[in-house]
Amino acid sequence: MEWYLPVIWGLIIGVAVIMYVVLDGFDLGIGILFPFAKEEKERDVMMNTVAPFWDGNETWLILGGGGLWVAFPKAYAVVMPALYLPVIIMLLALVFRGVAFEFRWVAASSRRLWNFAFAAGSLVAAFFQGIILGGLVQGITVKDGAFAGGPLDWATPFALLCGVGVVVGYALLGSTWLLVKTEGAVADRARSHAIPLLLAVVVLMGLVSLWTPLAFDRIATRWFSRPNIFFLAPVPIITAGLTYLVWHWLKTGREMLPFFGTIGLFVLGFLGLAISTFPYLVPPSLTVWQTAAAPPSQILMLFGVIFLLPVVLGYIVFVYWIFRGKVREGEGYH
Amino acid sequence: MDFDPVTLARMQFAFTVSFHIIFPAFTIGLSAFIATLELIWLWTGKDVFHRLARFWTKIFAVSFAMGVVSGIVLSYQFGTNWSRYAEFVGSVVAPLIGFEVLTAFFLEATFLGIMLFGWNRVPPWLHVLSCCVVAFGTFMSAFWILAANSWMQTPAGFDIRSGAAYPLDWLEIIFNPSFHWRLPHMLLAAYLTTSLVVLSVGARYLLAGKFKEESKMMMVMGIGMLAIVGPIQAFVGDSHGLNTAHYQPAKIAAVEAHWDSSKPAPLVLFAWPDEKAEKNLFEISIPHGASLMITHSLDGLFPGLKDFPPQDRPPVFGPFFGFRAMVGVGVVMILLGWIGAWLIFKGRETTTRWYLIVTSWAWPLGFIAILSGWIVTEQGRQPWVVEGLLRTEDAMSPLAGWTVGLSLTLFVVVYAVIFATGIHFMNRLIVRGPDQTLIQPPARERPTRPIAAAHGEGQMTPGT
Repeated sequence: MEWYLPVIWGLIIGVAVIMYVVLDGFDLGIGILFPFAKEEKERDVMMNTVAPFWDGNETWLILGGGGLWVAFPKAYAVVMPALYLPVIIMLLALVFRGVAFEFRWVAASSRRLWNFAFAAGSLVAAFFQGIILGGLVQGITVKDGAFAGGPLDWATPFALLCGVGVVVGYALLGSTWLLVKTEGAVADRARSHAIPLLLAVVVLMGLVSLWTPLAFDRIATRWFSRPNIFFLAPVPIITAGLTYLVWHWLKTGREMLPFFGTIGLFVLGFLGLAISTFPYLVPPSLTVWQTAAAPPSQILMLFGVIFLLPVVLGYIVFVYWIFRGKVREGEGYH
Repeated sequence: MDFDPVTLARMQFAFTVSFHIIFPAFTIGLSAFIATLELIWLWTGKDVFHRLARFWTKIFAVSFAMGVVSGIVLSYQFGTNWSRYAEFVGSVVAPLIGFEVLTAFFLEATFLGIMLFGWNRVPPWLHVLSCCVVAFGTFMSAFWILAANSWMQTPAGFDIRSGAAYPLDWLEIIFNPSFHWRLPHMLLAAYLTTSLVVLSVGARYLLAGKFKEESKMMMVMGIGMLAIVGPIQAFVGDSHGLNTAHYQPAKIAAVEAHWDSSKPAPLVLFAWPDEKAEKNLFEISIPHGASLMITHSLDGLFPGLKDFPPQDRPPVFGPFFGFRAMVGVGVVMILLGWIGAWLIFKGRETTTRWYLIVTSWAWPLGFIAILSGWIVTEQGRQPWVVEGLLRTEDAMSPLAGWTVGLSLTLFVVVYAVIFATGIHFMNRLIVRGPDQTLIQPPARERPTRPIAAAHGEGQMTPGT
């Protein structure tokens, strides 16, 4: 029966997740970089670069989670209990980070507390998103279509490495976003952060790329068997080339390109993980076909996505355009 | 220690959803109020509407943020705590949530940016339009979430295939038998709740002798809503109740604490329902009252709790007392509205001190009514999570008790901090009151910066 529907839905979920990672990634990155700002005024500017957008960015998280439920209810019903604690902790961290956007401006004496909530919430959310990613890639114990592992199965060195990787990656996205949206001291500091962050991202991506085929045979087979290796070789090669370009753009003072280059790195990294796991949605046992919702549900929602998502993207672009340009220190909020 | 995961998971859901509903209910009403203020401002050009819109937008921003973050938790909780439910209803309920994301969440979240930060970036008409879009988004959100909830109460348009619900007719699923009453009942509740808060704030300023022009406007608008929408809500609520009597008779039996269906039911004003003995203690009641309300006949009969086997009965306490709290608050709301309308007619709404004192304390009433109403409808359909199809105890994820206990503890601690702080900050914004200066809306030259919506002029000091 309609074998292609689950594949299309796998793609849609993938796009929603990468949209989330890139968009909320840069504003979580701002939070991660928050403690490194020297003055309160700089923190105001940093926060104002994302304040009109964060809520829309976070909505992609609901589309990713909700989309998984719509299209692959059986996968949703396995993944969420399996990664119970990381998901709950991530959501609570997002609670702190989200309310800090509003609370920080109303707070007087407790402002430093909400600075901390913003930074720590962003850091913890990013770290546990990495854990969730790692926990999924390394595989989930499934028996009779239900989660059958322990509550701490996810806590492995590999998942911790992924957690660190996502934190560093988001910090890089955040710092390059600041190059786009700010100038002066904030932008200078962002540039000085971006170069070591880029190096750290490269090292961590390399570690994950080596670890996964060594630890998981299915991933080694996917990448290194013939003829796959010839088709897939461009992925790491393009990643290496793009890394050099981002480094070069950072060194030569470009303002927009490092940000878009970093987005490219994220997309490539995500593509690599998708190649490693497809067609499994819950590695190593459940595929997109085994977990798919009833075809009428996938078809109805597909029409929803085809007609509504372009509209959504349209007005998102419109709002980014309204708030285009640099955010300067000392002006803005009244 | 031994935990029962199902009890803990139910406590967690009840806690997180009760916390959450307060904020969307308030923001559904408040966004409509702000959109109305801005439309009137655009129409009449009177500054008072502009000042009021900006003032309430700041409070809206804080409330909306709390609604968003507590709502994301819920959308994941279906999977984390209730995975068997998620699997069972996934093909039917999940698309409704999916459409909520696509038609409501993105709309609200994106245009919220313009609503909060766009005053000096976009022309006034576009700002007004953004407010209307946000208000429409909150409405659509309510539409889809109540469609999903109603389907769980009165499932329709589906079939059971290989142990899960399979959609057959989407229109029947969305417009299931209780949806057309549940949706207006919830929306009107949200509008009334916000009207009470607005009225209350106006009364508070008048008692303090501040912001006279704004306060009078808030009083008049709030009273108008209560006086007109209050009675409509009473009618809608009654119709919703009759609908429930038809489709979920056990719930109505619990609401009325009605045990024995062989006799006409009295309207129980107060009682202490004893579930073990299957009767009411200390009952004060009006003979034939409930029969008259539900069957429209003095001697009408309707099912009592004893008609259902004990394992299929809902708990009686929550629905029984919740219903009485909700109706009691509703009556107070209508009275406040009609007395206020009389005072407006006499031109004394801003000077009648006792009325100002009473209304200045009336702000929590709507929230109490909403929470009570949800207890009635949600506890009243127990033991089912999907009426007649899936029991709550069978809907739970395969989780170790301690993980659910730990997450429940974390939710209680975190929400207590966030809730207390959020209320405190909203109160601080209310105490500070509307700004008397106006922003120059259309920035012709280079657009200026994003502004923080909830940030007022200059530095603020604690406790002002």
